[in-house]
Amino acid sequence: MDVIILQLLNGLDKGSAYALIALGLTLIFGTLGVVNFAHGALFMLGAFCAVTLQRILSLSFETIDPTKTDFLGNPAKIKTPYVESWFGPELGSSIIDWSVPLAILFAIPIMIGIGYIMERGLIKHFYKRPHADQILVTFGLAIVIQEVIKQFYGANPIPTPAPDMFKGSFDFGTLLGFDPNAVIYPYWRLVYFFFAALIIAAVFGFLQFTTFGMVVRAGMADRETVGLLGINIDRRFTIMFGIAAAVAGLAGVMYAPINSPNYHMGMDFLVLSFVVVVVGGMGSLPGAVLAGFLLGILESFSSMNQIKQILPGIDQIIIYLVAIIILLVRPRGLMGRKGVMED
Amino acid sequence: MSNSNFTRRGLLKTSAMAGGALAAPTLFDGSVWADGHSGYLNAPTGSTVTLGFNVPQSGPYADEGADELRAYELAVEHLNGGGDGGMMSTFSSKVLQGNGILGKKVEFVTGDTQTKSDAARASAKSMIEKDGAVMITGGSSSGVAVAVQGLCQEAGVIFMAGLTHSNDTTGKDKKANGFRHFFNGYMSAAALAPVLQARYGSDRTAYHLTADYTWGWTQQESIQAATEALGWKTANNVLTPLATTDFSSYVAPVLNSGADVLVLNHYGGNMVNSLTSAVQFGLREKQVNGKDFEIVVPLYSRLMAKGAGENVKGIFGSTNWHWSLTDEGSKAFVKSFGEKYGFPPSQAAHTCYVQTMLYADAAERAGTFNPCGIVEALEGFKFDGLGNGPTEYRAEDHQCFKDVLVVKGKDNPTSEFDLLEIVEITPRAQVEYAVDHPMFAGGELGKCNPGA
Repeated sequence: MDVIILQLLNGLDKGSAYALIALGLTLIFGTLGVVNFAHGALFMLGAFCAVTLQRILSLSFETIDPTKTDFLGNPAKIKTPYVESWFGPELGSSIIDWSVPLAILFAIPIMIGIGYIMERGLIKHFYKRPHADQILVTFGLAIVIQEVIKQFYGANPIPTPAPDMFKGSFDFGTLLGFDPNAVIYPYWRLVYFFFAALIIAAVFGFLQFTTFGMVVRAGMADRETVGLLGINIDRRFTIMFGIAAAVAGLAGVMYAPINSPNYHMGMDFLVLSFVVVVVGGMGSLPGAVLAGFLLGILESFSSMNQIKQILPGIDQIIIYLVAIIILLVRPRGLMGRKGVMED
Repeated sequence: MSNSNFTRRGLLKTSAMAGGALAAPTLFDGSVWADGHSGYLNAPTGSTVTLGFNVPQSGPYADEGADELRAYELAVEHLNGGGDGGMMSTFSSKVLQGNGILGKKVEFVTGDTQTKSDAARASAKSMIEKDGAVMITGGSSSGVAVAVQGLCQEAGVIFMAGLTHSNDTTGKDKKANGFRHFFNGYMSAAALAPVLQARYGSDRTAYHLTADYTWGWTQQESIQAATEALGWKTANNVLTPLATTDFSSYVAPVLNSGADVLVLNHYGGNMVNSLTSAVQFGLREKQVNGKDFEIVVPLYSRLMAKGAGENVKGIFGSTNWHWSLTDEGSKAFVKSFGEKYGFPPSQAAHTCYVQTMLYADAAERAGTFNPCGIVEALEGFKFDGLGNGPTEYRAEDHQCFKDVLVVKGKDNPTSEFDLLEIVEITPRAQVEYAVDHPMFAGGELGKCNPGA
């Protein structure tokens, strides 16, 4: 039982990332009808927003310490971060320590801006082109973004730790009456799950309870009619692209302490997120969230030793296997609507 | 009308027989040409000789590849008489004079392995066939090393392996044209196990997470055998796909398995991510079986330690070389490299620099670039002054035998490079094994192939 709870928790945080990326993908597909293969790159850019802020906050000035030597035997240069010099060592180091949560504020405008530029600068020219063209151009864009990041940040993962107070893990075992250490779970991963839930709720709330959201939903259902009513739906859809980019970016920011960011991390999530979108149903926001968590949990369970001993390698194919079964039973996905991508 | 028997048909027959007779030695035994400058593939004819540096310039090990390339460029500079000469002045063999190799200026071409066997073979093939490279070197993965070594054997050029740590490279996949200076999984285990026993005791149970490819398998087999020989038990060995980025589902069951040590047979990005997951799960703060839970990383590199950040503090592993060594060779290399690039070299850079020097030295001693002459010069070659103390290229498997470093993640680093501290220099005798050791069994070294 304890093993099942443990893998359920594992699946929740993996599912949170899938759900957040798939949510953004579905928003873009539902509004603009674009299959955006650069969405994984937006997730990666979000993680690098955290890396960048951490570097900005750690910017230092150098002083020579004649009592110490560097690796060449020259007098050592000691680096002191500016924030520590401005705010004192204690507050300064706390600010650096909290760089990942602070990066949320840093990333929102940047990601919305990147999304806006991407949509206006490139993707809008492909609205009337076939999906295959859209996939090619966005996939190409993803590769360009990846290479630019690699050029500036290198190929190796960059450690981006969570604040000290979130280090360590919570012992669910003791709470649930199991042996101590039987079900432990890192604090930051719990934070990630609740953060994802909050973002998902915020996106749904925004679409459900604001006039802007209502117009967007109406545009998703019938773009022409909304346009005929004199509403500039294209402009709203562009803003939605920016919001979708911000959602992917925030998912990336908070994921940075879980896996040290590297230029390739977006691609690792992209394919799986597309499977999530298809399983959830093209264009269905609740479907994307539901499928994200479902497939995250299934992937987690399939990597249990007990299951791998019976079915070796199942963890590599489980998501695709389940996708095939669901699409055979429900060709439109779990919550897909009639008429979407069926012309 | 002429009475001569010299007909056109006769001339053709005679020419064919003469040609056949000339080609016969090459066809039957290329080694007889070892003392010349022809009769082997890509024999340099002008005033230059071309070396092929096949390193990962893209993909997950691109940073390691970039450091390898820096080392190669430095080695070429030194061989051609530039810079301060680096380890040429400390190398026990004194035949290199800074005038290239055999009087020919050293030039180089580069290829991108992408850390993929097929891409690495394609780039090596291109450098051999199009650029006329007489030797291929580099790489940051055992899968790539085994693939390129096989290609070089077939083509008939020398392969001086870069960073490859699988037992198989000089075990079941060894080749006559291939040489490895880097240490291997068996050596890591043999050096590390006694240190682990001394620190953590004999009554320990280990849980292994292992990268699912040739290096991971042989590394795990080696460390399991070495620790079990000292009394440790093994709770489980879980193979993790190379493409895994989130190791949480592999790390989560560890604490409940009865194990009190986690051995991460991972390298590069895999190691950074698995160690980060293990630390996030708080394994290092836990107690199991009344003992502090410990993590071990059998193969360390400074670049990996940098990626894992604070998580490496206090964690034991092994490494082929470290810039903080104080022997004359290491000091000379660190000085050359550090002054040129502004930071100390990695172990990948060190092994690549040394391999280039060893190749150049072998060519000088053999008096030829013929692969068979190089093989003859390197087999059983004993040398010193290149950073690892007295070293020998064993003739039977083309593996270098030397001391091995056991290291630990430093608790209080003084700089961004000062991440590992040397705990012990394990003497060569402790890490040496028989040629027919079961972990290296199978495969034949075969005969050198000069390629023409």
